[in-house]
Amino acid sequence: MKPFQFLAIVPCALMLIGPLVHNKLHPFILDMPFPLGWVTVWIVLTAATMAVVYAIDPANKGGDR
Amino acid sequence: MTIPLILLGLTALFALLLGVGARSGHAMGLEEWTVGNRGFGFVLVFLLLAGEIYTTFTFLGASGFAYGQGAPAYYILAYGTIAYVIGYFMLPKVWAYAKQHHLVSQPDFLAHKYDSKTLGVIVSIVDIIALIPYLVLQLTGLGIIVTAAGYGGISNTVAVLIGAVVVTIYVVVSGVRGSAWTSVAKDVMILSVVLFLGIYLPIHLYGGIGAMFEEIAKAKPGFLTFPAKGQSVWWFVSTVLLTALGFFMWPHSLASCYTARNANVFRKNAIVLPIYQLILLFVYFVGFAAVLKVPGLKGAASNLALFKLVVATLPPWVVGIVGAAGVLTALVPGSMIAMTAATLMSRNLYGALNPQASNDQIVFIAKCLVPVVMAIAVFFTLTGSSTIVTLLLVGYSFVTQMFPALVVSLFPGSGATKQGAMAGIIAGVVVAAWLTFSHATVGSLLPFLPQPIQDFNVGIIALIGNIVMLVAVSAVTKRRVAAIAE
Repeated sequence: MKPFQFLAIVPCALMLIGPLVHNKLHPFILDMPFPLGWVTVWIVLTAATMAVVYAIDPANKGGDR
Repeated sequence: MTIPLILLGLTALFALLLGVGARSGHAMGLEEWTVGNRGFGFVLVFLLLAGEIYTTFTFLGASGFAYGQGAPAYYILAYGTIAYVIGYFMLPKVWAYAKQHHLVSQPDFLAHKYDSKTLGVIVSIVDIIALIPYLVLQLTGLGIIVTAAGYGGISNTVAVLIGAVVVTIYVVVSGVRGSAWTSVAKDVMILSVVLFLGIYLPIHLYGGIGAMFEEIAKAKPGFLTFPAKGQSVWWFVSTVLLTALGFFMWPHSLASCYTARNANVFRKNAIVLPIYQLILLFVYFVGFAAVLKVPGLKGAASNLALFKLVVATLPPWVVGIVGAAGVLTALVPGSMIAMTAATLMSRNLYGALNPQASNDQIVFIAKCLVPVVMAIAVFFTLTGSSTIVTLLLVGYSFVTQMFPALVVSLFPGSGATKQGAMAGIIAGVVVAAWLTFSHATVGSLLPFLPQPIQDFNVGIIALIGNIVMLVAVSAVTKRRVAAIAE
């Protein structure tokens, strides 16, 4: 597996680990109960990570096929 | 109460005109009708993919799920994001192969990869069994929305019939272009309605989103976190992973990927779609806002939570707009499902029996089958058969069974054979059907396992059975082929 592919898994894993580790109402994140707020934050960070992956992915260097 | 009815009528008319108008300038051959001649750019593919995500299930189901179950509803938000990440790596490969070989459906892909028409037929039959209940769900949702938003002025039967006729006409005329262009109207509407409701209702009724959650937690302790057993955090994680695998296995989802102009369309969408998914949060907020304000809805009635709250809180013209948005969330996915089901019947069933049939004949038969598919769905919707509800549960686990065979086929040296793929899919489907109809859970089947594993989504058993059969049968058939060669 290439390093940039591994990078894509990291935020997905963290998104799911949060509720496993801390399934509690508090602290609120962005005014939401912890599990929901945690998932929300990592969805945004997943999108950001995919933007980085897109930038370094050699498959995109060839341009549009 | 006539304003909401006028708004609903105008929406149906607008969808019809937009859908039919989408045809202009395009001759509807097979590849044009089914996959828009693979010419769609980032925006249209985005709308098609988003069009399937925000169905009536999202609008009524996600708010109803949050209202009825609380925290377990969070899984709906998480699985799409993981599916997009999988799609980033998987879809460019699928797309390139489909383009090279002029494939227009999901069974096409598996049949061509494994060089087996029989496999294509098996996959089509499983797909059709999964698609029809999904279409019934859209029509049922449409009926609920129109009856609620029209204050009962239009009967359920009339609403379902009008919706079915509108969809049939623009699907037959414009194919996937009709779905894409009505999707534009739908996304603008649903985005504004959901954002407005999700922000306004918590502030108006509770003084803020945080205040609303505090109040719910006080009234119903434990409602906003996962329960210790049953739909626990382990259920959450396993369900998210399982549904993420099944996400692009819906035949209409995979077919809309074929519409892309180039492979980068998917990679860009993997960045944007997770963010777009966040509008689901506001759907949850509406569902949660209803918990203390319109209490007492049980079972299927919890799907009415959003509309009950809107009707109780807002003036009729707003109800009409919310209803119009809801109607579009039923029409757009409904059109894609109907088109896909008709394409599968024509191309992958009729076409497999009549290999000499031309593409023009295939597309003609597919168009003729659209009204047939809609009529079947209308029949099940209006008779309200309870079996269909069970079939719907089974639908998602059915299509998920295509995942192992499809992914393995992307790696040339995998050694998977067509017999292995068939055995895996059939085993997975049989187990999935049995699990659903017997209401089994991992805990009821294997009570000696630790609690976290007992809470795993039961669909994992079907998938494991599928993979075991795929590997075992592939190994046996490969050895036999090798022996014959010697």
